[in-house]
Amino acid sequence: MSDTGLRRRKPLTLSRREDLHGRLLVGPTVIVVLLFAVLPFLAVALFAFLDVRLVDIPRLYIDNLVFTGDNIAAVWNSPRFWSAATTTVAYAAASSAGAVLVGLGVALALRRPFRGRGLIRALVLVPYVLPVVAAATIWKTLLNPGYGLVNAVGVEWLGWAEPIAFLTTTSRDLGPFEVPVALMCVIAFEVWKTFPLAFLFITARLQVVPEDIEEAAQIDGAGKTRIFRHLLLPELAGVMALLAVLRFLWSFQNFNDIYLLTGGAGGTEVLAVRVYSELVVRANIGTASATGLLMTGMLVVVVAVYAWMIKRERA
Amino acid sequence: MSETRTEDSTHSIVSDGGENVVPVGDSGNRGPKPRGARSFRRARLTAEDRVLGVLRWAVITVAVVATAGPLLYGVLLSLRPFQSVVSEPLDLVPALDEITVDSYPTALAEYGLGGNMWNSLQVALATAALAILFSVLGAYAAVRLRFLGRDTVNVVFLGVYLLPGIVLAVPLFVLLSRVGLTGSLVGLVFVYVAQTVPVALYMLRTYLVAVPSSVEEAAMIDGCGRLALIRRVVLPLALPGVAATALYVFMIAWNEYLFALLFLVADRDRWTVSLGIAQLTEFSVPTTVLMAGSIAITVPVVAGFFLAQRLLVTGLTSGAEKG
Repeated sequence: MSDTGLRRRKPLTLSRREDLHGRLLVGPTVIVVLLFAVLPFLAVALFAFLDVRLVDIPRLYIDNLVFTGDNIAAVWNSPRFWSAATTTVAYAAASSAGAVLVGLGVALALRRPFRGRGLIRALVLVPYVLPVVAAATIWKTLLNPGYGLVNAVGVEWLGWAEPIAFLTTTSRDLGPFEVPVALMCVIAFEVWKTFPLAFLFITARLQVVPEDIEEAAQIDGAGKTRIFRHLLLPELAGVMALLAVLRFLWSFQNFNDIYLLTGGAGGTEVLAVRVYSELVVRANIGTASATGLLMTGMLVVVVAVYAWMIKRERA
Repeated sequence: MSETRTEDSTHSIVSDGGENVVPVGDSGNRGPKPRGARSFRRARLTAEDRVLGVLRWAVITVAVVATAGPLLYGVLLSLRPFQSVVSEPLDLVPALDEITVDSYPTALAEYGLGGNMWNSLQVALATAALAILFSVLGAYAAVRLRFLGRDTVNVVFLGVYLLPGIVLAVPLFVLLSRVGLTGSLVGLVFVYVAQTVPVALYMLRTYLVAVPSSVEEAAMIDGCGRLALIRRVVLPLALPGVAATALYVFMIAWNEYLFALLFLVADRDRWTVSLGIAQLTEFSVPTTVLMAGSIAITVPVVAGFFLAQRLLVTGLTSGAEKG
């Protein structure tokens, strides 16, 4: 009795009020994220097992769903899915490695202060803030076989026999090698667009590397490459690995850049473009969702492997 | 882990008395040859320094040309008549008498990019406002308050951040057309808010941590409620960071393409700038007009970015120092 009476007079303790306020304050965010990210993701898992097309949307009710494994089977057995998966892995691996290495190179080059460094640092970030559509339009013009600067330079000064249709050529013999031209172009675009982020993170990490050890090494006569290999690289390894994984995950799911540059032509059809064409061109929600679900599964595997490696390293 | 490795290598470089400093592969310089080795090493070092010095400027030059070059190329092309671009692709700098800004009104009025910009402005402003409202509250709770489910919420947000946009696009398209929200800018705004709130929350957290909690405690003792506290004390102190985050969200919404394509493509009046330009490239619109359009939609974000660059960079990279 007296206990309840006490509570009524003093409704909330400080910590319970903190708990309540905390939940109320994150509430709006949680609701939006649940409605527009978590719920849709659950819906993907559902649609992947339904025979449903775009025309069926108005007749889609929760109580008359017919489940089927056909979508997953169809996607799993389609050679086009697996060739897209291979392309995606190659694309994501190459652009993530490229972005981190270029970012590292530029960060090291801009490490020591000089006049105008601030301006150059800002300029280097331009590709990252450029709207992707504007960037892709400019690149398409640069690479245009008719009036693009790259082909004009190649034909005029580098002795190319004819202009190269960069974004539609699947492969081209270059001596002993067969070069996947269009794929190389979209990878180059992705590296160009994303290395600034790697540059920013590596620069931030470089700023907190203790300077005294480096000075001591210098006085003892260690060369710059040696200092880099033994002092800087171990310091940067963690942030570079994290960046590589994040860039891999993002490039793996990239739709915009490839769709805008090539539309998936010339051997650049990645999984994201396949999801889109299943949905829009073939108007099949089921197979589009199945493709998306398998794609997410692959990403989960990558994340799990990374988490496992981190854990093993800490242990 | 990296700590110990650092110590090891420090040890080998600093305390070897300099004997083993010359890189491996230079076998002619092994063994105790103090004086000769020293002078030889100095010569090697300057050679190395010289090579690296040249390399450094080469990297800087290439980086600047590669990053700023395409934008400059777009600007230059947008100022030339299309005929001259086709016939003389190598003449980058337009002759004084051929400079024309006609492509800009053509792109903005005739091809409707002006209207697209108005749509994008509304969408991006609404997204930024809502995302900031939500994430200020959420970030404050994450920084200052201990509540049940805080860790779960953090994990969910991180997961959302990593979920492929294209995978979410399929069900969002289906669900939003089911409730009749495709083809409306409102639906787009909510999708953008959900996509940007986790990033905004992450960035704001670092700015809010910097606000001293003693100020807040003082205000609370003076009888200030939680919401009033956030609005009157925390927000003003963290204002630069909040502005930078808002700008970042604005940029993401302004640049976004995939969801705009899926939701709005059928309704030309509602196209955003990204969709507008991308659709124009499908038709035989002169390149100069496309370049003018691309530059026109780029100017607002690049200008905003340069204004808030320093703040944005610290907000984005604050996690990096921990490695």
